[in-house]
Amino acid sequence: MIVPMSHILAFSAALFVMGLACVLAQRNLIMILIGVEIMLNAVGLTLVGASALWQKVDGQIFVIFLMAMTSAEVSISLAMVVYLRRRKGTLEADAFDGMKG
Amino acid sequence: MASAIFYILGFTALAATALCITRRNPVHAVVYLVNALFALALMFYQLGAPLVAAWEVIIYAGAVMVLFLFIIMMLELAPASAEMQGPGWRRWGPVLLLSLVILGCTLALLGIQADQDGVPAFWVSPRAFGAALFDQYALAVQVVSFQLLYAAVGAFYVGKGSLRRRTQGEETP
Repeated sequence: MIVPMSHILAFSAALFVMGLACVLAQRNLIMILIGVEIMLNAVGLTLVGASALWQKVDGQIFVIFLMAMTSAEVSISLAMVVYLRRRKGTLEADAFDGMKG
Repeated sequence: MASAIFYILGFTALAATALCITRRNPVHAVVYLVNALFALALMFYQLGAPLVAAWEVIIYAGAVMVLFLFIIMMLELAPASAEMQGPGWRRWGPVLLLSLVILGCTLALLGIQADQDGVPAFWVSPRAFGAALFDQYALAVQVVSFQLLYAAVGAFYVGKGSLRRRTQGEETP
C-alpha cells in the first residue's frame, strides 16, 4: 500500500458525497445519471483499495462486475431518457411526478 | 514520490468531480467527468490494478461517456449560446489544467519503479486476474452476461415503444 487505507476511504467518500449531492440537487435527468456514475466510481475506488489492502484479487473482480452493471444500467436508463423526452418534451425531473394506474 | 502522485491524482479527481456536478451544460459536465475518470484510472493503476485501470478508460471514458454525449447531442440538450459568454480561458482553462496535471502524473508514473518505497508492490497481472475471474467466479460471469442481455432487450423494448407510439400518433392524429 502506497497510501493508508483511511485516505483512500476519505477520497472515495468525498467522491460519493459529491455524486449524491449531484443526484439530489440537479434536476436534469442526464445530470442525475452522471451523479450515479460518480457514486459507482467512488465505490470502485473503495473496492480496488480494499483489494490492495488485503492483497487479494477479489476486489478488482468486483469492480469488473460493477462496470458490467453500470453499462447495463446506463444503456437502459438512457433509453428511458429518450423515451421520457419524447413523451413529455422535457428532461426536468419535476415534470415526471405523476403515476398512472 | 508514488504516494505524492497518488494524492495529486486524488485531488485532481475531486476537483474535476466538483466542477462536473456544478455545470449547467451537460456537455461540459461530461468532459469534466472524463477527466475525473482518467485520474481515477491512474489511481487504480497505482493500487496494483492495471487491468481495471485500462477498463476504466476503455469502458467508462470510452463507451459510457460517449453514449452520454450521443444522447445529449441527439436530444439537443446543450444550451446554444447562453453559456458561451465571457473570456475564452474561462471555458477551456480548467479542463486544460486538469488534463495537463493528469498527463504530468502519467509521465511521472512511467519513471517510477514499482517497489521504490521498499514495500513489495501489490500487482495483479492480467493472467492472474483472468484465472481468478473465470475459475472462482465463472457462475457470476454468466449471471452478469445474462444481465447485459436483459439490459439490451430492455433498451430495445423501451426504444421501440417510443418509436411505435410516435408512428401511431402520426397515423391517427
